[in-house]
Amino acid sequence: MTDNAPEHTAQQRQLLSLDVNGETHELLTEPRRTLVDVLRHDLRLTGTHVGCEHGICGACTVLLDGAPVRACLMFAAQAEGKEIRTVESLADGTRLNDLQQAFSEHHGLQCGFCTPGFLMLAEGFLAERPEASKEEIREVVASNLCRCTGYQTIVEAIDDCAARRRAALRSRLEGTAHHNGDSRDSEDENTSETVPPGAACEEVPCGSTTRSR
Amino acid sequence: MKPAAFTYHRARDVEGATRLLAELGDEAKVIAGGQSLVAMMNFRLARPGHLVDIGGLAGLAGLRTDSGGGLHIGALTTHHAVETAPADALGPGFAVLRDAMRWVGHLPIRTRGTVGGSLAHGDATAEWCLLAVLLDAELVAHGPDGERRIAAAEFFHGYYTTALEPDEILVEVVFPRPAPHAALTEFAERQGDFATVSAAVDLEPADGGGHFTAARVALGGVDAMPVRVPEAEDALVSGGAPGPELYARTAAVAAESVDPPSDGNGSAHYRRVLIRTLVARACEEAMAR
Ligand SMILES: Cc1cc2nc3c(=O)[nH]c(=O)nc-3n(C[C@H](O)[C@H](O)[C@H](O)COP(=O)(O)OP(=O)(O)OC[C@H]3O[C@@H](n4cnc5c(N)ncnc54)[C@H](O)[C@@H]3O)c2cc1C
Ligand code: FES
Ligand code: FES
Ligand code: FES
Ligand code: FES
Repeated sequence: MTDNAPEHTAQQRQLLSLDVNGETHELLTEPRRTLVDVLRHDLRLTGTHVGCEHGICGACTVLLDGAPVRACLMFAAQAEGKEIRTVESLADGTRLNDLQQAFSEHHGLQCGFCTPGFLMLAEGFLAERPEASKEEIREVVASNLCRCTGYQTIVEAIDDCAARRRAALRSRLEGTAHHNGDSRDSEDENTSETVPPGAACEEVPCGSTTRSR
Repeated sequence: MKPAAFTYHRARDVEGATRLLAELGDEAKVIAGGQSLVAMMNFRLARPGHLVDIGGLAGLAGLRTDSGGGLHIGALTTHHAVETAPADALGPGFAVLRDAMRWVGHLPIRTRGTVGGSLAHGDATAEWCLLAVLLDAELVAHGPDGERRIAAAEFFHGYYTTALEPDEILVEVVFPRPAPHAALTEFAERQGDFATVSAAVDLEPADGGGHFTAARVALGGVDAMPVRVPEAEDALVSGGAPGPELYARTAAVAAESVDPPSDGNGSAHYRRVLIRTLVARACEEAMAR
């Protein structure tokens, strides 16, 4: 790439290298491809949904260097050199992560169209604000649209997941084998002391149900 | 919809970017956070033939204070970076900026959208445009002939129209002095929407607090650009003791001094009702600091 010089004409494609869910993808696309279109059409990661294409609905929310962003409001070229995370990164095989389990337990989804966006919004937000109050969660949930749930159950799912993550972190800091004060998830009890701080709940789901979809 | 085809250029430095803009002429547009431009391109309300991406110019992001107490905000600083700025970068003198960020769209918009993009876009109800007019900010633009500084009062020319030339890049906005008793508040139909009406005040109480020695009042959503309301400012300075009564009187003066539009977001009458509430509320919040 030469300094600020035109690299190609509009009809041409450009070579992009994108880091998605820890994997590097090289692809040839038109510059006008938005990030959400590249994720869905070029990389076939169709977990990220697309609704309004102007930043209102939040169905396309992904993490960019850890922060929630609208994948419909950036061109894929703008995401080069950044770490992109999509909803596909949350579950471990068929085992849902703790946030996904909380959504399931609290009925935080119905048709599921909005769910990937809400999950990534909440992942990004809780990583920055693990101590978030329910009011703060409610305000952040207002970023995205859901036509089914009425939002209350989404707020409760995120709040519950945040509380469990805090409890897990506390019990690890206290050096006890029990995370979360209950031992429903007994298979993980022995491992909780070896989990690095911050990664806790992703590796040691606090919820009781492991459901695959 | 999908955007029309364009050629993508990634800027390496400000000089190169302005040179390229000058070369490409009308066909080219700068892209920063893309939170306004990409939406417009998706709907083909904008179809630039060339995009010059300045997003990678790390030197244009960040906050710094100068020896005179002024605050310099790089054009690429995101709304969220201001919202989460540590107290040593954004002390009590500029807390009004931090607190105003919660009104700008939603978290995933604020993580990408930039201060410079907001000012260059020039939406009549954008929080940054209102803050710049309220606090006498100076906007620093870089063009082919070097840098020039533009006072906020001269920067906004009308709906989405500013003093920036097509080959100029906004590099920085400077808030010249601390404003410890300033506040911005607004009303929007849904949280995160652009405001129907926004109000901001910057108050200077006299020592002892018996009256105001100076006051600034600005409104968004009542004209094609944010406006100061000198009549309301006079009412504050000549009106005697600070308190709810003075604020209510000031707010009523403000509502009568402007000529707001009637449109899909509300009638002129409705906007005046909002002004009466919001100006008083902004005064209360400013003095609660
Ligand atoms: C759902 C939603 C809600 C929103 N709500 C609000 C709100 O309540 N209040 C509010 O203020 N904003 C709101 N915004 C807009 C948001 O604040 C944008 O961040 C801002 O308007 C533009 O900043 P940007 O960096 O994204 O600019 P871009 O979208 O990249 O650019 C916008 C315009 O500015 C020009 N430009 C950008 N940077 C520069 C520069 N440095 N020099 C010269 N020209 C430049 C571009 O050429 C373009 O014309 C909202 C956006 C969305 C999608
Ligand atoms: S599709 Fe991106 S916000 Fe609606
Ligand atoms: S679950 Fe249907 S839109 Fe949210
Ligand atoms: S299932 Fe979502 S609105 Fe009916
Ligand atoms: S489904 Fe009828 S009002 Fe919501």
